[in-house]
Amino acid sequence: MPVQYYIFLSIALFCIGVMGVLMRRNAIIIFMCIELMLNAVNLLMVSFSKMWADAGRVDAGSAQLFVFFIMVVAAAEVAVGLAIITMVYRNTHSVDINILNRLKN
Amino acid sequence: MINLVWLVPFLPLLGFLVNGLGRRFLSKSLVGFVGSGAVLASFVISLLIFLEVKAPGFSAQTVHLFDFISVGSLQIPFAFQVDQLSALFLLVITGVGTLIHIYSTSYMHEESDESFARYFAYLNLFVFSMLILVLGANYVMMFIGWEGVGLCSYLLIGFWFKNTSYNNAAKKAFVMNRIGDLGFLIAIFFMILQFGTVTFPDVFAKAAPLGMNNGVITAIAMLMFVGAMGKSAQIPLYTWLPDAMAGPTPVSALIHAATMVTAGIYMIARSNVIYTLAPHIQTVIAIIGLATALFAASIALKQNDIKKVLAYSTVSQLGYMFLALGVGAYGAAVFHVMTHAFFKALLFLGSGSVIHAMGGEQDIRKMGGLKKFMPTTAWTFLVGCLAIAGIPGFSGFFSKDEILAQAFANNPVLYVLGLVGALMTAFYMFRLYYITFTGKFRGTHEQEHHLHESPSAITIPLVILAVLSVIGGYVGLPEVFGTKNMLAEYLAPVFAPSAPFAVEHHLSHGTEWLLMGVSSVLVIVFILLARQKFTKFEDAGTASTGLAKVLENKWYIDELYDTIIVKPLYELSRFFRDTVEKAGIDKLVNGVGRGVQWGGQQIRLVQNGQVGFYIFAMVIGMIVLFVIGFLL
Repeated sequence: MPVQYYIFLSIALFCIGVMGVLMRRNAIIIFMCIELMLNAVNLLMVSFSKMWADAGRVDAGSAQLFVFFIMVVAAAEVAVGLAIITMVYRNTHSVDINILNRLKN
Repeated sequence: MINLVWLVPFLPLLGFLVNGLGRRFLSKSLVGFVGSGAVLASFVISLLIFLEVKAPGFSAQTVHLFDFISVGSLQIPFAFQVDQLSALFLLVITGVGTLIHIYSTSYMHEESDESFARYFAYLNLFVFSMLILVLGANYVMMFIGWEGVGLCSYLLIGFWFKNTSYNNAAKKAFVMNRIGDLGFLIAIFFMILQFGTVTFPDVFAKAAPLGMNNGVITAIAMLMFVGAMGKSAQIPLYTWLPDAMAGPTPVSALIHAATMVTAGIYMIARSNVIYTLAPHIQTVIAIIGLATALFAASIALKQNDIKKVLAYSTVSQLGYMFLALGVGAYGAAVFHVMTHAFFKALLFLGSGSVIHAMGGEQDIRKMGGLKKFMPTTAWTFLVGCLAIAGIPGFSGFFSKDEILAQAFANNPVLYVLGLVGALMTAFYMFRLYYITFTGKFRGTHEQEHHLHESPSAITIPLVILAVLSVIGGYVGLPEVFGTKNMLAEYLAPVFAPSAPFAVEHHLSHGTEWLLMGVSSVLVIVFILLARQKFTKFEDAGTASTGLAKVLENKWYIDELYDTIIVKPLYELSRFFRDTVEKAGIDKLVNGVGRGVQWGGQQIRLVQNGQVGFYIFAMVIGMIVLFVIGFLL
């Protein structure tokens, strides 16, 4: 399959992610959208890695290494982020981020 | 001994530090002892140095202490120049200084402990600065001393700083001096630019090959003369000196008569090579000197304040010294500096003694007949008057006569005008003497009861100075008397470098005798006139009219300066304050502040706390960046 398909898919996923972050007010959904953006990037990296490998570049596999990095960082981020959301929910009984529009109180 | 020359200024500096720092806990006698002792010790060392310098075969020496400024090729060492000229000035400064310090221990005794110590600290600092001025081996060191004496003069004129008019006098002196100092400073910069050095022999060595009437040398000479005008109170910068009489009388004697005001003479005598190479500037100096001499003498004729008369006579005598410098008679100028230091210090200290006895009264119209109350003061004052008037045999006669003879050799017109000034001098000095010391007492009964001869700490310096005022002239006895002119011979090496360029004037002995005879006879006639007019002086109390009124008001020069300089300056300041400052700068500064505040208030609303909006802004920003990145 030509690499363009993967690129279009990645762009679509990324845009969905961005739109989700911008539009939705539910913190959990925003979180999921961030994951979506991260994974769109991962997909792009893997496809480029494959493309270069097909072209005969021996070091093309290193791009896949970054994918693992991103996954690890994303997992760690999720752990912290979900904990924050849990605390927010305990305090406000809501995960609507528009409630959290002031730093005081 | 010459290697110890640094001790000469160092001791007064030490005295300044001890008295200045210990002013709260030292007793008056200790302060007086430290202050006078430091200067006396300097005098002893100066005397030893002088004897060494006087010995035959001595050549000028430079004592290098440390490197002061060394930038690139410019080297300005902290070094002392020991030669005939500086040794002579050392003697005069420390000698007269010692007497005045001793005199002050008694004169200032009524001050509180603290201000007594402050007074002596300032006085010692002054002596230190003056010694640096004459000892410095380059123009920068001379300038350091130059500024130092200006500062001390300011501090001492305003010594009684609680009196506003005294403070104003101090400020006036400072500002006037500053105008002159600027000229001197520019001269130094010019010198560095042109010659790359400020050390005396190097500057002269580089100046000499440039030849006569060179533009650079003429400019430097003129600028330095502007400095001298300020410090030595010449037209047009002389008005501070009479006002400087606000200070304590010994200060007037030391600073404003005997030493500081002669700094300008010293500077020009020291730079004789430069001035000889600039004959036009010499002419200017001669004219300004003569004009000052006549002008100040005419004012002194009608003054009624005992110190003001002496102040104007000082300005006038300084004018004579500049006349001498202008006609190239550097030796005669230095000679007159010396004799003038003796008799003018004597006259000022005598007037201090009178003021002391009169309980602070300075108006001679309220004095009279003081001779029988204070005989020592009276006869020493008479000696001072005879010396300044130029009666044969007294020191002033020889020095003034030498100046007048040299002026005659240069241009008879200068001589005639100079003689007129000398006659006025004789007249006003004896007017002062007769009104103050003869006739009957015109003060209050209380004052009359209080009248007494001053204590010995005051009279002894008077007697010593009186003796010096008589014999001081014999060191420069002119050749007409069949002897060698010792002073001229002594000073010759200092003026030797300029000799090849100087125009030689020779007077036959017959002419010199004639000039001396004419001036002596006329001076005696004028003294007799003054005697006839003022021995039975009665204060009529009528306001004077015509020329007398103009003279009494000092030709209205203070008023003139007030109108053409001070008032416009005030107006300009007011314009700047009210218009430029308030409407311009203030508006601008406040406008910037207000604009930032207003802008902040508007932009603050963007920070609305909505995370969604922030992210939206971020995304928009990124898109914009990408678009820019792709397009460009």
